[in-house]
Amino acid sequence: MKISKDTYQKITIKLKINGEIVETDIHVSDLLLNVLRDKLGLTGAKPGCLNGDCGACTVIMNQKPMKSCLLLAIEAIREEITTIEGLLNSTIQKEFVNHFAFQCGYCTPGFVMVSHALLMNDPNPDKKTVIEWLSSNICRCTGYQEIEKALYSVIKGGNACGLKPKNTVKSNGAKKTDETGRLN
Amino acid sequence: MISFDFEYYRPKSIKEATDLYQNLASRGGKPIYYSGGTEIITLGRLNRVYTDAVIDIKSIPETQTWGFHNNELITGSALPLSIFNEKNYFPLLAETAREIADYTSRIKITIGGNICGQIFYREGILPFLLTDSDVLIAGSKGVKRKPLKEVFDQKLMLEREEFLVQLATKKIYMEMPFLSVKKRQQWKTGYPLLTVASLKKDGFLRFAFSGVCPFPFRSEQMETVLNSRTQPYEERALASFDYLPQPILNDIEGSNEYRLFVLKNTIVDFLKKFEGDENK
Amino acid sequence: MVMIGKSVARKDAWEKVTGQAKYTGDSQEGDMLYVEKVISPYGHALIKKIDLSRARQLAGVKAVITGGNLPLTGEEIRDRYPIAYKRVRYHGEVVALVVADTPKRARQAADTIHITYAPLPVINTPRQALDPKAPLIHEDLGQYKKISKVYPEQGTNIANRTKIRKGNMLKGWSESDVVVEESYSLRPSDHAAMETRCALASIRADGKVFITSSSQAPFMIKRLISEYFGIDIGDVIVTTPLVGGGYGGKASVQLELLAYIASRASGGRLVKVQNTREEDMLTSPCHIGLDATIKLGCSQKGKLKAVKILYLWDGGAYSDKAVSLSRAGAVDCTGPYQIENVSCDSLCMYTNHPYASPYRGYSHSEVLFAFERTMDSLANKLGMDPLELRRMNAILPGHTTPTQVLLNSSSVGNLPACIHRLKKLMEWEKGQRIDLGNFKVKAKGISCVWKTSTIDTNASSGVILIFNPDGSVNLVSGVIEIGTGSKTILAQIVSERLKINLEKVKVQMKVNTQSTPEHWKTVASRGTFMAGRAALQAADDAISQLKHLASCVLRAPVEDFEIGGERVFLRDDPSKGLSYKELAYGYTYPNGNAIGGQIIGRGHYVLRHLTPLNPETGAGKPGPEWTVGAQGVEVELDTREYTYRITKSISVIDAGKVMNPKMAEGQITGAMSMGLAFGGRETFYFDDLGRVMNPQLRTYRPLRYGENPEYVCEFIETPQKDSPYGLRGLGEHGLLGMPAALGNSLSLAAGVHLNELPLLPELIWRKRKGADEGDLL
Repeated sequence: MKISKDTYQKITIKLKINGEIVETDIHVSDLLLNVLRDKLGLTGAKPGCLNGDCGACTVIMNQKPMKSCLLLAIEAIREEITTIEGLLNSTIQKEFVNHFAFQCGYCTPGFVMVSHALLMNDPNPDKKTVIEWLSSNICRCTGYQEIEKALYSVIKGGNACGLKPKNTVKSNGAKKTDETGRLN
Repeated sequence: MISFDFEYYRPKSIKEATDLYQNLASRGGKPIYYSGGTEIITLGRLNRVYTDAVIDIKSIPETQTWGFHNNELITGSALPLSIFNEKNYFPLLAETAREIADYTSRIKITIGGNICGQIFYREGILPFLLTDSDVLIAGSKGVKRKPLKEVFDQKLMLEREEFLVQLATKKIYMEMPFLSVKKRQQWKTGYPLLTVASLKKDGFLRFAFSGVCPFPFRSEQMETVLNSRTQPYEERALASFDYLPQPILNDIEGSNEYRLFVLKNTIVDFLKKFEGDENK
Repeated sequence: MVMIGKSVARKDAWEKVTGQAKYTGDSQEGDMLYVEKVISPYGHALIKKIDLSRARQLAGVKAVITGGNLPLTGEEIRDRYPIAYKRVRYHGEVVALVVADTPKRARQAADTIHITYAPLPVINTPRQALDPKAPLIHEDLGQYKKISKVYPEQGTNIANRTKIRKGNMLKGWSESDVVVEESYSLRPSDHAAMETRCALASIRADGKVFITSSSQAPFMIKRLISEYFGIDIGDVIVTTPLVGGGYGGKASVQLELLAYIASRASGGRLVKVQNTREEDMLTSPCHIGLDATIKLGCSQKGKLKAVKILYLWDGGAYSDKAVSLSRAGAVDCTGPYQIENVSCDSLCMYTNHPYASPYRGYSHSEVLFAFERTMDSLANKLGMDPLELRRMNAILPGHTTPTQVLLNSSSVGNLPACIHRLKKLMEWEKGQRIDLGNFKVKAKGISCVWKTSTIDTNASSGVILIFNPDGSVNLVSGVIEIGTGSKTILAQIVSERLKINLEKVKVQMKVNTQSTPEHWKTVASRGTFMAGRAALQAADDAISQLKHLASCVLRAPVEDFEIGGERVFLRDDPSKGLSYKELAYGYTYPNGNAIGGQIIGRGHYVLRHLTPLNPETGAGKPGPEWTVGAQGVEVELDTREYTYRITKSISVIDAGKVMNPKMAEGQITGAMSMGLAFGGRETFYFDDLGRVMNPQLRTYRPLRYGENPEYVCEFIETPQKDSPYGLRGLGEHGLLGMPAALGNSLSLAAGVHLNELPLLPELIWRKRKGADEGDLL
């Protein structure tokens, strides 16, 4: 595969995001984060450092959390990408609300995504694993206790992804959380 | 945001990759091999890396190998660091790798990128330095296999058109006792104050270090001193410092003096763990 | 009370957990232009030459802007060009802007700009700046335009001096049997809000200026842009959506000026300026540093008698908010104790560091680090329990503050109660320093805290309540939702007063200075007090309108009406009444006639009886009340390598009235987390050229999950009588004592005086090593 020749010429790529195929024009050096935000209007992923340090831009790619500032958009071709916009009514989101697990909200999509990915991969993670995953992100407002409580309430509740069939479809073309969330 | 643009190639074979490199370079281009790309992306943003063409090697099957072949563990260079814990064939590598960056980043950072990158800690090399591993390097003349120690001096000595394909480590090393510790001042994520990895082979302790100097290294001279059983641990540790390469890092992670203090403690702890308490 | 004191869910909850919440940087428009900065690589240098030739020729570049022809700016002293002119005074200072049609093109063009500098000597500490032989950072200090209450000293690097002279120092020292004197220092650091600062601007043909900004102070932006650029104030319209964390850092006006300048240079087109993380740390204002010396005396029994204080603030290259920060540090220059004789000089020093903006606590955590460490030294010298020393000197109603405000039970909370509770929670009786064996020592450290606000004496806040046809109400306030949940508290207040279901109070999160009543700035933990008062008045205004309308329709005197259940009804016959829904848009009779109109409640509040400080003595009333608290930290120190684990962090705060317990806890624990990070690890490292060596979150390290201790948070409730339901401000207070308590616990654990921040293992090792080597001599 070879893409792009002339510098600053845009190319058209297809990405699979939240279950939909989208087509967009990009520069080869564009980060997935910028394409999501600037081209596709998916501004839930936030720029916090563009350096892979803060996790505010975390999305899920192929069932794994991924910092979208550390990915060229071109690398994401043919991969399954879920952004916070593709997550609707997940249990973790409800528990974030119930436990006041956010304040300014800027890091929240990243924390929701990394938590959701964790629960997809392991509905009953041990403490060490929780620390390992969640320490990929930075929250400057809370003392993390609220986020911890939100996550553990899902773990204890045993409904890791909140993706029972009844929760599936929501309006406005937003896609089927069960597809993005269900683990093989 | 990376302000410059580049071409992107994703070859499917080693030959395709090296041919591409030669072609692009012969046209006066500045191609660069790319696997995880985290350093190229983050340093490119700051104009500390420049390229006009990236050759993404992660679709080359050999770079994705992770498993045993003929009593050797083959580690593909484009494997993400996270995989070493998911499929833990090489516990020393798993332990060393899991201290690099943070979990989510480790899903993107590759072992080859960590070893060949600009950021000088390159802790991913330590397990291989300790295990007499070989490296498979692809270049214009095909793939060559070399003992790591012949081609590693502070960093992997690659020609411009070469890239690391695999590391090969004899299975027997997977069973050997080891320790790997990353010390940071007061936090649990990110760059080290120092990292020490150690492996015991035939009763002899091997040591490799990162974060002590602006490059990772293994020192056989230090190992000789550290294995001199007649001396107390602390004396051995301090005596081994005579053979430390220079300079000792003196930066925002910690002063050179403090690093040596922590290094001494760490080595003493390792000796205790390997050889037992001195008082006994 | 139905709504007050309940942990109701936040009004901004669902938009935030779904990623739908919009912040300034999320706005994206087709015709938008993008601004990239060229910043100084030096801490102090002359700009000899700027080569713009290549940048101007690049496709897509709309404007390239350098310094010159721009007004001097600054909130109190106008000493800063928005773009440096002829000279840079800190690393990261803006030297040029490029406006282009895409961010990439703007960056490419910016990277082609070649600037020749001639480095100048660098001032890296405020003590250095005070040296009479030090180079001057502002030779024209005396000529700058300024407000009247700031006192720059021409020919020095002193941007402001605040003097506190209370009591009689000679008497104080003569009554002091035990005296300690110690010095402290901490370098500047950063707020590190997760959202980097961002501003948008456009200028319409009719002259109207539109700014959108991630700001805590949109009304200040409006005022300052009007003043600096000579625009009618009503023609400056500032919008602020949700803000991704402020902590004071977004109370300064900076990027908005650049956005305005860039738009002006591009024919008024919409431009966007967004900081990278590196720029957010280097270029935009930071968290102030401090060098301090405190001499504190007490009687044999531990009664504090006299204190002499020198605070040298590292205000950085420009004075902007730093002068006010240095003043606030003088106002509460001691801990929350009754001391009759106080002499304090608080100097705002110019250095070649990034300049300072407010930081959560507004100088108080820095002052308290110095003061509360001194309290521990004094207790140690006295051989007295440090908690007991604090208890016996605790500030009480009837005492006076350093600025000689006489306190009463409304204007100051109950500190002894906080101390009492802290003592229990920390299991103080079990000992302060416990050897756990195996190179581990557990130690407990404490700090008492207090804080008033030092905001403008005429700062005001307004609220409008606009009814909807269904009887629900829109709450419009100028308070910014920076994460503290203040607007949810306001909704609770309105719900309580109007006796209306909370779901029916619809909160407008966004602030627009044209249509939103002013709230001075969302700072100083004053949002719920001031806007709360305004909300109560607005609710009362609406109730009065509802009653008048009902009185007319039902032909009964206004006084006979009451409200409840979203109805206005007759007290003696509740069955006769009208629902809010029937009155919200006026009343329509069955025959179609109508009277009244949409109900619009309005309310405002201005802080009362505040006065500026007397320039000679500091006497004056800076704020309405003092929130107090007692805090503690437990650590486990590794006595071999000096790393430590913070096991527990405790706050007991007199909140006046806890309006929403979970949110209040969130504020306190979040602030504790930030304070521990500030005390334990966060700092800028400067090299000899004044360059910040760690402007990234990889090397500047806020706490991550798993590094946090267990948090314990309790409240005492001593009402502030003139605030809504007795509440007191508490957004900052959880942070205030953390560096001091951490310093006290670690000093005790390690057996050395740790008087610098951050409290890194290497610092403890160095001090311990020094002490051990000293012992040998």
